[in-house]
Amino acid sequence: MEIQSYFSSLDSLDGELATLNLGPTHPATHGIFQNVLKMNGERVVSAEPTIGYIHRAFEKLAEHRPYNQITPITDRLNYCSSPINNMGWHMTVEKLARIEVPKRAQYMRVIIMELARIADHLICNSVIGVDTGALTGFTYMFQERERIYEMYEEICGTRLTTNIGRIGGMERDFTPAFHQKLRDFLKTFPDRFEEFNSMLERNRIFMDRTIGAGPISAERALSYGFTGPNLRACGVDYDVRVMEPYSSYEDFDFIIPVGTQGDTYDRFMVRQEEVRQSIRIIRQAYENLPEGPYHADVPAYYLPEKPDVYTKMEALIYHFKIVMGEVPIPKGEVYHAVEGGNGELGFYLISDGGRQPYRLHFRRPCFIYYQAYPEMIRGAMLSDAILTMSSLNVIAGELDA
Amino acid sequence: MKPELIVARIEQQSPGVLERHYTAYDGMLTLETAPQRAWELLKFLRDDEMLDFHFLTTLCGIHYPNDKGRELCIMYQLHNWPKNVRVRVKTYLSIEDPHIATVTNLWATADWMERETYDFFGVIFDGHPNLKRILNVEDLDVFPLRKEYRLEDGTRTDKDDRFFGRAGNEGVRFE
Repeated sequence: MEIQSYFSSLDSLDGELATLNLGPTHPATHGIFQNVLKMNGERVVSAEPTIGYIHRAFEKLAEHRPYNQITPITDRLNYCSSPINNMGWHMTVEKLARIEVPKRAQYMRVIIMELARIADHLICNSVIGVDTGALTGFTYMFQERERIYEMYEEICGTRLTTNIGRIGGMERDFTPAFHQKLRDFLKTFPDRFEEFNSMLERNRIFMDRTIGAGPISAERALSYGFTGPNLRACGVDYDVRVMEPYSSYEDFDFIIPVGTQGDTYDRFMVRQEEVRQSIRIIRQAYENLPEGPYHADVPAYYLPEKPDVYTKMEALIYHFKIVMGEVPIPKGEVYHAVEGGNGELGFYLISDGGRQPYRLHFRRPCFIYYQAYPEMIRGAMLSDAILTMSSLNVIAGELDA
Repeated sequence: MKPELIVARIEQQSPGVLERHYTAYDGMLTLETAPQRAWELLKFLRDDEMLDFHFLTTLCGIHYPNDKGRELCIMYQLHNWPKNVRVRVKTYLSIEDPHIATVTNLWATADWMERETYDFFGVIFDGHPNLKRILNVEDLDVFPLRKEYRLEDGTRTDKDDRFFGRAGNEGVRFE
């Protein structure tokens, strides 16, 4: 399993090799990516990705922020599914502080995380459609994503960078409007989604364009550290939700779809099925949503009710201590992983007992699997290279951190 | 797979490779080794049929400025999927001479992870095919995640940690 050199011997062939800059700001790359391609006509001979265009030093920033102020940083990793990042971070801190979150909050989190997964996969799959020439599905799926964003708005007030939930549970209970919107979504979304599905799944043009485009074998994918839908498309059924269930995922019945070829079509199909499974999980979680508190009873970490802050001494003290970052937290190191939109999103946190982490490292699935891109497109047509990139669902925010 | 079993297996197959081992706060077995033997230990963990830590989950650097001669820590996190066991491997380097053998020949994914660690901590991975900066600009002359580089203007006094009761960020080692 020797790693391949960046520039293979093919480069030195006589002939007309052209150097082509794909990106950094090209509409087809859906983000700020640069790839310096060596082209032989329409075929990619070699590629070298340059990344870091939106690097914002999250790991350094996190060393200078109290724990609750790191949540907004995690929003900006994979911004197509920010709630999953937020929840992953809360769970990491809860693991460090040994906080047990009530069942209701766990189920609420599951509903939100699965909505986020749907939003993430909708973008990725409808963009694959766009890149193969089918714009219409994209415009319809964006309306569905909009409905998910309206639900986020009901829960936390924001849409894209959500900062959803709190350390210890949720910030507030589901509102009546949220219940209405979710019920409505569960009723109408599946049909509309199947409509979108029927437009592409057996479409001859779509199949011709995607089958065999940008394949990777399971063995190479494992060596490259693939996780999530991109790995499952190669036929490996690894999913953090099943492997190490968090937030009560063990309570739900769902399947892990896998592909066989690891090509663009399989990645598309795996994501399509995951959307259906997410709906299944949301239904189960919503129908069995337990009664009870929506946050743990941990006054040292969870902000008190605002009226209490004005009237009760104890609440005022806790409020002050949390806001000023005066909360004692245990020393220790913790790794916690969640199944993000693109795979295993891990938080490796070292605490020295101080108000900020001593070190926080993000295991960002996009960063890890994007390095396989040159190998996946070697020898492919340029148009397939674009398609392969969109089917990998590389999100610049998560890539660059 | 119990931690004692993993440790016993390593000590039986390659004696002396482990400097120390302990279970971390989150319950993960952590193995410490000398930087010269890190590659050997990682290869053994990957290839041994019983241990089968085939997946490199992540790799990162940590800076402990007060630990003389062992300032830079490299943390590798491996995962055995069939048995669902994770393990950490740590090795400590001197900041004067931060060299360690690359593991890109064991896992292709280590390529960018090592480049990132080089970029932020200045660790030189010997044998890496393309060791250069990845997220920062090429002409940057510092390694920004090292603790001596402050995030903000060092002359500010309103954000002094001492005013919050605890200094924090002093550096800790774990048993």
